[in-house]
Parts: sequence; structure tokens; C-alpha cells
Amino acid sequence: MRLTYPTNIKILRVPCTGKVDVMYMLRCFQEGADGVYCVGCLEGNCHYNEGNLQCRERVNHIHDLLEEIGIEGDRVRMYNLSSGEGPTFAKFAQEMTEHILSLGPNPLKAKPRKVAAPA
Amino acid sequence: MSTETHFNSESNLEKVLKSGQFAFTGELGPPRGTDVEEVKEKAKFLKGNVDAVNITDNQTAVVRMSSWAASLILIQEGLEPNYQMVCRDRNRLAMQADILGGSALGIRNMLCLSGDHQQFGDHPDAMGVFDIDSTQLIAMVKQMRDEGLFLNGNEIHQPPKMFIGAAANPFADPFEWRVHRLAKKIEAGADFIQTQCIYNMPKFREFVRLANEEGLTEKVYILAGVTPMKSVGMARYMKTKVPGMDVPDEIINRLKGVEKDKVAQEGINIACEQIEEFKEMKGVHGVHMMAIEWEHMVPEIAEQAKVLPRPVFS
Amino acid sequence: MIVAQRKPFAEIKEMLQGYNKVLNVGCGTCVSVCLTGGEKEVAVLNTELEMARRLDDDPIDIQGHTIERQCDREYLAELDSIIEEGKFDALMSMACGVGIQFLAERYPLIPTFPAVDTSGLAVNQTVGWYEERCRSCSQCVLGFTGGICPITMCAKRLLNGPCGGTNKGSCEISNDQPCAWFRIWERLSGQGRLDSIKKINTTRGWKDQAPRNLMQPGYKKPEKMVK
Repeated sequence: MRLTYPTNIKILRVPCTGKVDVMYMLRCFQEGADGVYCVGCLEGNCHYNEGNLQCRERVNHIHDLLEEIGIEGDRVRMYNLSSGEGPTFAKFAQEMTEHILSLGPNPLKAKPRKVAAPA
Repeated sequence: MSTETHFNSESNLEKVLKSGQFAFTGELGPPRGTDVEEVKEKAKFLKGNVDAVNITDNQTAVVRMSSWAASLILIQEGLEPNYQMVCRDRNRLAMQADILGGSALGIRNMLCLSGDHQQFGDHPDAMGVFDIDSTQLIAMVKQMRDEGLFLNGNEIHQPPKMFIGAAANPFADPFEWRVHRLAKKIEAGADFIQTQCIYNMPKFREFVRLANEEGLTEKVYILAGVTPMKSVGMARYMKTKVPGMDVPDEIINRLKGVEKDKVAQEGINIACEQIEEFKEMKGVHGVHMMAIEWEHMVPEIAEQAKVLPRPVFS
Repeated sequence: MIVAQRKPFAEIKEMLQGYNKVLNVGCGTCVSVCLTGGEKEVAVLNTELEMARRLDDDPIDIQGHTIERQCDREYLAELDSIIEEGKFDALMSMACGVGIQFLAERYPLIPTFPAVDTSGLAVNQTVGWYEERCRSCSQCVLGFTGGICPITMCAKRLLNGPCGGTNKGSCEISNDQPCAWFRIWERLSGQGRLDSIKKINTTRGWKDQAPRNLMQPGYKKPEKMVK
């Protein structure tokens, strides 16, 4: 199909979105990612019955954690498609990129890590 | 009636019931402030129309003037209060103290209740005390009165005089258990029972039949709870939102069936028909009229229910 | 087991205001099982705190260490060297109210803060769902209530229930909360043991109104406590 999608997306492959851990996503933001999205199988089509549903729950949870921290919760999203939907994958990538561009960079990027002030 | 051999509490309600007459009691909710006039105003409509007036105790877990204080205002106005006490707000020390104080100042009837859970009220985060439950409260008042002993067994100098009331809800489930719970309250020492508002008459008839069968109505006076419906909205609210309330559709349909400006009168008509039936019902000894925020209608309701004049004892 | 719930993030952040080097101590027993204060939850909270404080231009050096049990001196001992070397200006505990107190007692010069609210003794219904079953009242009534605790499950702690608020088997406080006494009645009916609740349960003394100690027969307090 030779579809194109934005090149600023780094893909991390997991056997099932049910494998996506809260810490994976949180760490992405801690390290400066502007947005994270999970692409799972269509709901109802999980080989492990509910991996993608659990992932959605976790994405919602991360949304809340980010808001608590002070980062826009909408920087994390969940998408679903079937493995045969290449064009949809490219469409989601485009959509997410535009969405994150509209939000601007992760505010943590401007705050490089430094040693904590001595007590 | 076995209650006839009981201690004489000097309560007017007790005299009415013991004389075999059909009792008629009312209800008054104390104000959410210090306005004595509001209590007196409501009491005016009840005076001469009822044998005793229940004074609610932080009803629906909303803070109000304390029920003993409002009871005293009623005594000053020449009415007899039925002092309600819930287990939610006091521990056994405070309860016994209030029983002594109430009795010392002339309160002669008490209604012992668990109390609505504080979560419903205006201070939902309050600690619910529930040191003892309603059955245990009944037993405690009886022990104080009849044996002259505090709950811990210590002697009371001049024990309180109280005609002891309890509540029964024939409509909360499990229905089969309700008569047994009534029996427990009687065994604990209840002299009279006031029931939850009755709308489902067939179920209430069955409840009274079972109570008769168990011989309970020989041991306690039962006052059937009646609350006239003011509107269709109120009937719907009672049906769907109030736990343990049983409002059959026929009641709602009957209210819907009349013109809008006649709904309240229809509500009163239903109540009066119920009262007529209670007067004839074996095992029912009176009616408790809970005209919630409708005290001014009580004279009219009492008139229409043909319960006037109320007996007077010298 | 003991269950606890993590405190709101804002509250935790507020407590740690002004502390820049913190050790967050997890507990590998009950609070790990209920997914509140184990190794993973320590990592999540530390990451959140690090990010939030960085956003506030007030960076925090927060480290984590989860021990097997905070309510046991034997396991707490492994923290000694970590805490000595780390020079932390505060400790945080994700253990239950018991564990954190033992931690705070061991390092009395370092301020110690709770990251969780301990909510009680519960069963594990399914992963992630824990239901309170015991209030540790020191006076078990389960023998006559068919194995269902009214002190825990009845919102009014009735001993002669059910009250008039029973609503189709639910408690008056919520349709999601089963009525304890309805259940008790149901179970005892099934066992043909309703007589057990037909008699009045008299007033009880509350045995949990002062701190309770347990000293087993044949044991005695050591003359001197060893750390």
C-alpha cells in the first residue's frame, strides 16, 4: 500500500494492548514524549478476550494521572482497528499528530531534570 | 391487654388507649432554628385534635431544634408530646441523661427509633453513634422505668415515667420477618407501636392478621401510620425514593384521576377511608397522623375522619 | 487482609512540600495484593511526584524501596543502611496504618508521611475489588448471625435488624449496598436457625474504645526491646 504517516511517531510493539502498563505510558511522558496513543484490536475482537478493554481503562487512568500531575490528560488516547486496516492506521497517526501539535510540546520538556535542592 | 398492669406513666396517650378508645396522634417537626413561634404555630392546629404529638428527632438526619426542647414548648402550650429518640446521635450516656431530663420536665411518652442514616441528612460525614439499637433502647427505657436501674445496673434515684413507643415498618422486606421483629420490640418492652405510613392496605391487613395470630396485638397497642398525599409528585417520590415505602399504583392512579386542584382533597379522602377501616380492624388501636408540613390541615382531616372530639381525662 | 486506598495526589504533594530528598517505602504484603502500596504503586507515585515537582520548578529526588512487610522489625531492618546512606529529609510509606507507624518509630528523627488511607479488613472479590468484612471489634457475633457481620455490613451496626429502611434486599444508604440483616435472615432461614435471631440481642460493650494489646498465654513482654 506504501501509505505514509507522520515520521515523528515511534512505534513500540507489544503482543497485545493488554500488556501496556501504566508505568510504560507514564515513563514516556516523564522522558518528554508529547503524546502517547495505544492502538488495539477492535473491541470484541481481542484474542485474550479483554486485553484491549483493559488497555482502554489504563489509558483513562493515565489521563487522570496526567491531569493530577499538571499535564493535559488528552495527550494520551486509545484507538482501535483491525490488523487489515492500514489506511485507518495512517489516518489515526495523522489525527493524533495534528491533535498533539495543537496542544504544543510536553511542558516537562522545558524543565530538564536537575538535582534536587539540598534540604 | 397485658399493658394494663404496667406502670402508670401518667401519659394522656396511655389513658386514651387503656380506656379502649381509638387513639389519634399527630406529628410535628421542630424548626431549623430557634423560632419558638413556629413550634407554637404548628401546635395550634394540633391542639384538641390529637392525643399526643410526635416530636421528631433530627428527622431525616437534618439538624433541627432538639426534640426534647420542642417537646417542652408543646407542654407549655398544653399539648402532650411524644418525644422521639434516635440511636444515631447519642450514646447510652446521653440517652439516659435525656430520658431523665425529659421525664423530670414532664415528658411522658417516648418513641424509640434507630434513625435514618446520617448519609441522607445535612451532615453526611457525621459519625453515626448507634451505640445501642432501637430494640435495646426500648429495653433500656423499660429497665429504667420498671426496675429503676440504669443500663449498667446502678440504681436510679426517682426513676423516669415513660409510656414506651416503638416503630414498625410492615412494608420493608423481608416481610415474613416483620412480625418477628415486632415481637422482639414488644418483648423488649414497647407499650405502643406506631407504624410506617401505610398505603398498601392488603399487605397491612396481612401484617395485622399475622400479629393477631401471634397474639402480639394483645400485648401492645398498634397505631396505624397515615400520611395523606398532597400531590401526585409526592406519591411518586414516596414510591420511588423513600426506602421501605410501599405505594401501590392504584393510589397514584386515583390521585391522577381527579382534577389538579382536587388532588390534595383526594389524598385526604384516601386517608380518611383508611382511618375508617382501621377503626374496625381487629388489632389496630389508633392512627398516627403524619401530616408532614401540613399541620394546618389536621383539624380538617380529624373532622372528616370523625375522630373528634378527643377524649379528655381530668 | 488489610486494604488501603491511595490518598489523592494533591494531598500527597502538599505533605511533601518543602522536602527534597524522600524515600518512598512500599510494603510487599496486604497493600501489594490490593494494588495500593506495592513495588509498582511506589514506582507510579514516585514518577508522578517527580514530574509534578519538576513542572513546579521545585525538583524532588524521590527514591523507592519496597520491603516484604512494614509491620515486622525483621524486614524493616534492611532499610537501616539505605536510610543512613541516603540522608533523606523525609520518608513516605505506602503501607497500612500499622506498617507506617512501625517505620516512623524506627526512624524517629525523620518526618514520615502516609501515602495511603487504610480502609479496613477486606476480602478479595476479584482483582481490583475488595470488600470490607470485619471491623475488628474484639467481640465476634458471627456465631449467631450466620457468618455475616452486622457490625461491618449494617450501616447502623444493628444487633436486632433489619431496620425499616431495607429496600428490596439493599441498605437504605445505597442500592449497591446489600442489607446485612436481610442476608443474615436469608442465610439463617436456609439453615433453619432463625431462632438464633428471634431472641433479643442485648446491649454490648464496645471493646474497641481504647488501644488493644494482645499478649498470648505463655509469652511475656521482653524486659528491654531490641531494635
